[in-house]
Amino acid sequence: MRRLEPLLAPAVFVAMVAALWLIFMVVPTERQMGIVQRIFYFHVASAWLAYLGFFTVAGASAVYLWKGSAAADRAAIAGAEIGVLFCTFVVVTGPIWARPIWGVWWTWDPRLTMTLILWAIYAGYLMLRAFGGDDEAVARYAAVLGIVGVLDIPVIRVSVRLLHGIHPNVLNQPQGSGLADPKMRLALYVASIAMLLLGGWLAMVRMRQERLASELAALRRLAEERA
Amino acid sequence: MDNFPYLFAAYTAIWIGLFVYVRRLARRSRELEEEIQDLRRQLGR
Amino acid sequence: MRAALAILRKDLRIEWRTKESLSSLIVLGVLLLVALAVAYDPTPETAPTLAPAVLWATFVFTGLLGIQRGFLVERENDCLAGLLGAPIDPAAIFAGKLAANLVLLAAMQAIVVPLVGLFLHVDLAASVGGLLVVLLLGNLGFAALATLFAAIAVRTRAREVLLPVLLLPLLVPLLIGAVKATEHVMTGGLAGARDALGVLVAFDVIFTVAGWLLFTYVVRD
Repeated sequence: MRRLEPLLAPAVFVAMVAALWLIFMVVPTERQMGIVQRIFYFHVASAWLAYLGFFTVAGASAVYLWKGSAAADRAAIAGAEIGVLFCTFVVVTGPIWARPIWGVWWTWDPRLTMTLILWAIYAGYLMLRAFGGDDEAVARYAAVLGIVGVLDIPVIRVSVRLLHGIHPNVLNQPQGSGLADPKMRLALYVASIAMLLLGGWLAMVRMRQERLASELAALRRLAEERA
Repeated sequence: MDNFPYLFAAYTAIWIGLFVYVRRLARRSRELEEEIQDLRRQLGR
Repeated sequence: MRAALAILRKDLRIEWRTKESLSSLIVLGVLLLVALAVAYDPTPETAPTLAPAVLWATFVFTGLLGIQRGFLVERENDCLAGLLGAPIDPAAIFAGKLAANLVLLAAMQAIVVPLVGLFLHVDLAASVGGLLVVLLLGNLGFAALATLFAAIAVRTRAREVLLPVLLLPLLVPLLIGAVKATEHVMTGGLAGARDALGVLVAFDVIFTVAGWLLFTYVVRD
C-alpha cells in the first residue's frame, strides 16, 4: 500500500481526465433529457462515494469502540468529511439536473429524501466533532453516532417508500431501459473510479493531517508541563 | 442545447466544492506543521 | 433486569414527587399543539387530515425537550456517576431510563391526544385501539434513540442545540412511519397501516438493541 502512494495523485488526475473525456466527447446525447443528462455520471458516482464514506465511518467507528485504535478514529473523521462532501455534490447536482427535466428544483421523492436525510445525519456527525468540546470522549460519542447512522439506512430506505415520488429509476429498470448505450455504462464506471480515487486521495491527506493534529496536541501538553 | 447553463452549473458546483475542501486541507496542514515546528524549537528537541 | 426496574422506579418516584418534567412536558405539548393548529387555521373539513402530522410533530419536539431535561437534571446532581459506581451493567441503566422516558411520553400523550381530537375535529374514539398500537411502537423507537443521544448531548458543550441536530434526521423514518400509520388508523383501520407499522417495528427493534449495546460506550467515563 505504501509503495502505491506516490501513484495516487497522478492516478486521480488521469482518471478524472478520462472520465471528463468520455462524458463530454464520447457519450451520445440522451434522447429524452438532452445534454443535461451528462450531469448523471458524476451525480451517481458521487452518491456511491458518499455511501462508501458513510460505511467507512461506521466500520471505523466500530473498530474504534472495540479496540480504541486512534487510526480507526482518524479513518472515521476522514470518511465522514469526504462522505458529506460527496453527498453535498449529490444533493446540489440533483436539483440542477431536475429543474430543466421535471420543472421543479425539489420533490419529496424517496431517493432524494433519503439522500438529504443521510446528509443531515453525517453533517450532524461533523457538528458533534466540531462543537462537542475538547473532551477525548467526543470521539467515542461520534463513533456511536457513526454506527447508528448506518443502521438507520435500511429503515430510511423502507420508510421513504411510503412517500410519493418521481425520481428516475435508471439503474433498476427490468429491461435496462435506463442506460441503453454501452458507452454510457463505460462513462459511469470510469467516473466512479475517478471519484473513488479522488476520495481515497482526499482521505489519505485528511488522515495524515489528523495524525499531525494529535502530534501537535501531544507537543502542546509537553510544553504545558514544562512551563 | 438550451440547457447548457444547467450542465455548466452542475460541474462548476462540484469544482467549487472540491476546491474549497482541498484549500481548507492545505491551509490547515500548513498551520499544523508551522505550530509543530515552533513547539519543537521551544522544547529544544 | 432487577437493576433496570430499580432505576425505573427511582426515576418515576422522583418525578412523581416533583412532577417537574411531567408538567412542563404537558404544558409544552399543549402549547405546541395550539400553535400548530392556529398556524394552519384549518376548516373543520380539512382539520382531520392535519391530525397525524400535528400529533407526531408535537410529540417529537416535546419529547426531545423532556428527555433532554431528564438527563440534564441528573448531570447537574452527578447522579450518573453515583449509579456507575455501583456494580450495575450500564445497559440496565439504559433500560431503566428508557422505561422511565416511555412512561413520561405516555403520560404527556394521554393529555395531548384527546386535545388533538378536540381542536382538530377528529373522532379519535373510533380508532383508539389502532392509535394505541401506533403510539406504543412510535414511543419505543423514539425513546430508545432519544435516551441514547440525550446521554451524549448532555456531556458535550453545545448540549441544547446538539440533541435535536443529531436526533431529528435519525428520527425521520420513525416520523414517516408513525404519521402514515396514524393516517391509516384514523381513516380505515389497522389493516391498511401494515407497511407503516412494519417500518415502526423494524425501527424499534434495531434501535432498542443498538441503544442497549452502545450505551456502555457513552457512559464509560
